[in-house]
Amino acid sequence: MFGLQSECMLHVPEQYHTLSDYEGAQPRWCPSCGDHAVLTAVQKVCREKQLPPEKTVFVSGIGCSSRFPHYMKTYGFHGLHGRPFPVAEGIKFRRPDLDVFVATGDGDCCSIGAGHWIHAIRYNMNMTVMLLDNEIYGLTKMQTSPTSRKGTISNTHPHGSILPPINPLITTLGVANASFVAQTVDWNPAHLYSTLLAAHSHQGFSFVRILQRCPHFSPNLFAEEISNPDLTVLLTHENGIEAVEEVQKMYKNSVVHDPADMNEAREIAQREDLIPIGLFFCDPSKEQYDKYGASNIGFSPQKKADALNVEFEKYAV
Amino acid sequence: MLNANLDELTTTDNNNSAAEISGIKAKPLKECIIEIVSDAGEGAQKAGQSFGSVSAKMGNGVWTVEIIPAEVQPPARSRAGASGIRIRFGSNKITNMGDEADLVVAFNEQVLYGRIEQDAYKAGTIILIESKWKNSKVPEIKEEYAQALNEFKERGFDVREILMEEECLKHVDNPSKGKNMWVLGMLCSIYSRDVTKAEAQIRHTFRRKSEKIIESNLRLLNAGYSWAAENIELKFQIGSEMKQVPRLVMNGNEAVGMGVMAAGIEVCSMYPITPATSVTHYLSEVFEKSGGLVHQAEDEIAAIGFAIGASYAGKTAVTITSGPGMALKTEFIGLASMAEVPLVIVDVQRGGPSTGLPTKVEQGDLLYAIFGQPGDTPTVVLAASTIEECYHFVILSRQLAEAFRMPVILLTDANLATGVQPFTRPEINLDSFSPPVNQSPWKKEIRPYEWDEKTGISQRPIPGQADGMYVLTGLAHDEESHVAYDSHINQLGCNRRSRKMAAIHKTLTPPKINGDESGDLLVVGWGSTLGAIEEAVSLARKMGGSVSSLHLRFLSPVEPGLEEIFKRFKKVMTVEINYGDEENDPLITQENRRRTQLSWFLRAHTLIDVDFLAHIHGQPMRPGFILQRLKKELGL
Repeated sequence: MFGLQSECMLHVPEQYHTLSDYEGAQPRWCPSCGDHAVLTAVQKVCREKQLPPEKTVFVSGIGCSSRFPHYMKTYGFHGLHGRPFPVAEGIKFRRPDLDVFVATGDGDCCSIGAGHWIHAIRYNMNMTVMLLDNEIYGLTKMQTSPTSRKGTISNTHPHGSILPPINPLITTLGVANASFVAQTVDWNPAHLYSTLLAAHSHQGFSFVRILQRCPHFSPNLFAEEISNPDLTVLLTHENGIEAVEEVQKMYKNSVVHDPADMNEAREIAQREDLIPIGLFFCDPSKEQYDKYGASNIGFSPQKKADALNVEFEKYAV
Repeated sequence: MLNANLDELTTTDNNNSAAEISGIKAKPLKECIIEIVSDAGEGAQKAGQSFGSVSAKMGNGVWTVEIIPAEVQPPARSRAGASGIRIRFGSNKITNMGDEADLVVAFNEQVLYGRIEQDAYKAGTIILIESKWKNSKVPEIKEEYAQALNEFKERGFDVREILMEEECLKHVDNPSKGKNMWVLGMLCSIYSRDVTKAEAQIRHTFRRKSEKIIESNLRLLNAGYSWAAENIELKFQIGSEMKQVPRLVMNGNEAVGMGVMAAGIEVCSMYPITPATSVTHYLSEVFEKSGGLVHQAEDEIAAIGFAIGASYAGKTAVTITSGPGMALKTEFIGLASMAEVPLVIVDVQRGGPSTGLPTKVEQGDLLYAIFGQPGDTPTVVLAASTIEECYHFVILSRQLAEAFRMPVILLTDANLATGVQPFTRPEINLDSFSPPVNQSPWKKEIRPYEWDEKTGISQRPIPGQADGMYVLTGLAHDEESHVAYDSHINQLGCNRRSRKMAAIHKTLTPPKINGDESGDLLVVGWGSTLGAIEEAVSLARKMGGSVSSLHLRFLSPVEPGLEEIFKRFKKVMTVEINYGDEENDPLITQENRRRTQLSWFLRAHTLIDVDFLAHIHGQPMRPGFILQRLKKELGL
């Protein structure tokens, strides 16, 4: 009205999202729980990628780590024990525009939800999956988890657990159509951040196992590895997780591993003498089920009516 | 009465050149019931479905019901292997499968025994039986056949032996493929069907097959037709007294599938289970063209979780299953109710308990659907009682789910799933399709569970809507969707979710009464038993009985006015395909008698004594079975 073009007047600069734009409710996890570190890293990934909070959905099951969505200021779905994957798949199926994260624990993913986990890997829908693995049930107070080491003393196995644990990396690498498998630790924020950032950038089902401790029920896990970084082996490669200087300095023990090499990935995943961290496997060319889901969205009512009418004709008398 | 009918039928005769064949005057019939039974895989169902479609096209009322063996490939020539179809057709609307058949075509005598065990026939039933078995080189078969034929005659059946395969051999090399079409031709002649319509039907049925196969089937059809015209003196004519309106012919599962499309649903998430799966077979073929997709999940739990995820993200979703699948979905149905996610769940009921009778009918999921949850879980439950309602109720379910932000369970059953009945072609209403996902910014001040105090209804933000971010949870939560364990919050949340049920109840009207508004006996039913109940009640009324019936479509919330209606009758009785203890069973008293589901529910609901008539034979309810009890109750 003062000679300005209307487009100029309506122009609103893109909003820059700060960390606080992703901070939801005050976390209720115990002090020194590894979940805090993961939350911080995830919020930083969101800021780095400038994810619109309204287009971002965090899905979880039940357990301490599954409280995750409540602590984000995005959309969230805190559902049933063991069932985050079907819900996340349903959300993503016809909404390719939504950015989906899954926060799950070792009980949620590897025990009650193990069936869904296997199939979620195979569906390979574009989502970032964080397995927060502290090798114990925390919320229900110290029961053996499927990733508890043999001999773990728990309330369900006071004389020590009987069976060897499931190795979530080997399991994931063993499923057809696996496309991104990485491991990191809650006590190295830099590597944690780089891993989640790489996972989010991958097109497909990005599975990240995060080794962590429960301050109450598994506080001494990895005590040795934390005090002696040489017990960790850093996987490096130009197509792998970026290792910033402080990570390289910390972990002198490193191997070059090409994430395209599935056989070597499986060999490394089986190592019990050292904790391997980094990208085990990555193949962005794997079939993605969400692409099928996005194939025919947004039909107008008229188009739907026309299709129905064709069907009526087939059955008309 | 009879004469009047004859006159009307004669009028129709004139319009039909097939009425008089080979000089034999076709005997007019008001209606009749025929069956074709064979070993599995011999095509009896295909022939019967074609016969039903042709009859519907000739303006008849039709109800077809498939006879399905429990095994995928039962042994040949076995009683348990009886596979086939029953077609009841008449000059007026047909609402159920009826009682004993008038005529049956049997491919061997053993499958006929299977049907005799089900009381499918009566003295006088015409049996057209393949007689090649009497020439069998296997002495046992020869013997079995001869023995059976004697027994059939003793039972008073009108047995006619036909060398069907031999006749087919005159026209094709391999009669085991296509004998069904020869039989179809024979039946078309016997019942004065328009053979050109049958030809068209065959072309449609085999549209994906080669022209050679179609030609071969057509040849057999015409051969069967000509053979019957020359060799069988049976000739009947069934005219049409129905108002001719455009109609659709399909089974209940196809009707559910079309309803899913008409509701504008975009995700159908399922796991294979009998007898529900054929809905998704149909949808998998055509859903993409109307903007939908079928997702075959890894299990029943994932199927509903997936649908809930899609719905949370604003895409309307349905999951389709049967009893055992419902049991597995329990926890997610609870979540959908608690977190108020709209969802349509179709339960095509089968026989229970446990794996039970996968291919057979029962109404045993009623109380599970209404109450089958830990904690208070308001869920809408409605039931289709006709094929037509299978279509319309999916649309209604979707609308209720969206409007009231909750799960809606639509109950059908195995009888509706495979039963075929023509119904008025529905109008396509653009408003019935779900609206596009709303992505406009959310008004920040509106909380995600801002429950209306009166109706309990709240508006939900959809991911993608700016400023609408909330975290859905199955934990007790306040209006902000914040986890809240305060004592009053759970009370409030349960109260508001329950209030939605009262709001829906307010929109319902009392059920219509079939018959007088008061009297000696009121029969109450729900689901696929509608036709059989009304037919039995109408017969009893003609005999002078003071009996009426009503049929419930809404079970939760249940339709209003029941107590007041029940009080107008001296006795109220349900008719159900469910289990209940008989009154005079050993140890049974009024106190410990385990009642059928609907009678139990209605007693609790109305505080009025409600008796029941029930069986769990895995068979649809027959009008004759009901009539027998009505006569006893009414002293007729």
